[in-house]
Amino acid sequence: MRRLCRKALSTVLSALGATLLVTLFLNLVPGDPVEILLGEQAQQVDRDEMRRAMWLDRSAPMQAWLFLSSLTRGELRTSLPPFQTRVMPRIGKAAPRTALLAGLAMLLASLVSLPLGIVAALRAGKPFDRLAMALSVLGISFPSFLVAHLLILTFGIRLGWLPISGDEQWLSVLLPAVTLALGLSALLSRVTRVSMLEVLGEDYVLAARARGLPMRSVVLRHALRNALLPILTVAGLQLGAVLTGAIVVEKVFNWPGLGTLLLSGIERRDYNTVRACVLVFTLTYLAVNLATDLAYTLADPRARRSGDVSREVSSR
Amino acid sequence: MTRRWHWTGLLGAGVVLLVVAAGVFAPWLSPYGPRQLDLPHAFAAPGPGHLLGAGDNGVDLLTQVLYGARVSLAVGVLAVLVAGTLGTVLGTAVGYLGGLADELAMRVVDILLAFPGLLLAIFLTSVFGPSFVGLIFALSATGWGAYARLARAQTLSLRRRDFVTAARAAGAGAPRIVLRHLLPNLLGPILVQATFGLPGTILAEASLSFLGLGARPGTPEWGALVDQGAAHLLDAPHVALVPSAAIALTVLGLNFLGEAVRDRLDPKGS
Repeated sequence: MRRLCRKALSTVLSALGATLLVTLFLNLVPGDPVEILLGEQAQQVDRDEMRRAMWLDRSAPMQAWLFLSSLTRGELRTSLPPFQTRVMPRIGKAAPRTALLAGLAMLLASLVSLPLGIVAALRAGKPFDRLAMALSVLGISFPSFLVAHLLILTFGIRLGWLPISGDEQWLSVLLPAVTLALGLSALLSRVTRVSMLEVLGEDYVLAARARGLPMRSVVLRHALRNALLPILTVAGLQLGAVLTGAIVVEKVFNWPGLGTLLLSGIERRDYNTVRACVLVFTLTYLAVNLATDLAYTLADPRARRSGDVSREVSSR
Repeated sequence: MTRRWHWTGLLGAGVVLLVVAAGVFAPWLSPYGPRQLDLPHAFAAPGPGHLLGAGDNGVDLLTQVLYGARVSLAVGVLAVLVAGTLGTVLGTAVGYLGGLADELAMRVVDILLAFPGLLLAIFLTSVFGPSFVGLIFALSATGWGAYARLARAQTLSLRRRDFVTAARAAGAGAPRIVLRHLLPNLLGPILVQATFGLPGTILAEASLSFLGLGARPGTPEWGALVDQGAAHLLDAPHVALVPSAAIALTVLGLNFLGEAVRDRLDPKGS
């Protein structure tokens, strides 16, 4: 319980810190954003209006406060003239699409990586294990746009089975989700394998086998249940990679989610949209991590160590 | 695991050597300049003249890939070096000193790691605009936290050891203990982290430049090349696929090499 409170507290602190960082960062930018946006020929009146609209005439803490208060009231507007379009409805439209993409990718990745990791662990060191692990290095090493382009060329163009762009058809989500899922399942299957290997060596698994239980039951009822928790933790932590991976994948497939919104904001130097998107991504990630931790503690009162498995995952 | 180098490690080392050689000897390997145009052959398929085909405005893809190796390797190595050095020194120092400095540094790392994956780098490069230095800054700013955490954890387990006590008894101050006694002893795990950090950083750099957030436009970058090629996936798929394959090959080589290095330095991890 105390550990959970600490975790919740540090999550709130991180969220606050990240928010401040995102909000205040514009003040560190070299040069005057108004000069960059309007160019040298701009009228003084326009510059002043823009400065006011972007809150650049206020102090840095005041800017942070204005951004946050207008964001929470749903009044936040884009930093583009005429400063009327609200940001929140756009985020409200884009976020469910990214959630669908990321959720489906997570689901597909679990469906592939759990069986793959389990079988690899059962045949550790055998050809199947070696092949699966070599393939998983391949999956980790391939940039997502390469996978995306190969899928588009194969299933979109040569075979003509699936739509390759936009979100007009309900099948449109499939190719982007598969792209995201491939990289993720490479990683998750490695984690599953390591976690299973650890559990398979435990006494209670040996005991279950000694009692003559069928292998199927030993693996699924005894080993997997205990191996699942670290896997869950890593999957939660990997959500960050899935969310940022979605930015790249959304661009390739022209999927109108948060990533596309973020990129268009960057392209048009619409700072409020960029800040809001980065914030939504970050808070979602923190919330999911906290929820994973909560689920973990609820499922296993012993609050087992998870360090061994998460170390297997590289930093990015 | 055996003490011998596994064949994947050798393969990885070979590929990495090849990519380094491609970057270093690019001007001698290719008859074209990195910005040389050949308008009549724009988007030409691979063949004699342009071995890997030509891209937008007829730039030779092989040449672009060779010069792109320079950018990818330079950004990757520099970003890992900066992040690794900063993070390790800071993590070791606060781990040894403890107290308020430690608490403060770890909260900053928490905030840093609160940003999912590449997001902070995307945010930073979008704020600073496209530049080579900005790219390295963004990637090392996102990367140092992991090294700081690892170095701190290592230091906490090392600081009670006898050799540190002995150094302190001999009158060594904190800077000397951190630099001369602690750092050399925790370099192994840091090196393992860095060997896996490098391919990750190179992938991140490729993603950033694919999103239009790379170095200055016109720099031959693999990710930016893919971005240009993506618009012509239907009529000239090789323009996107050739630089993508270069990225995949490099990252694959580095990952294989990284696994081999880890097996050597840290047999428990394999």
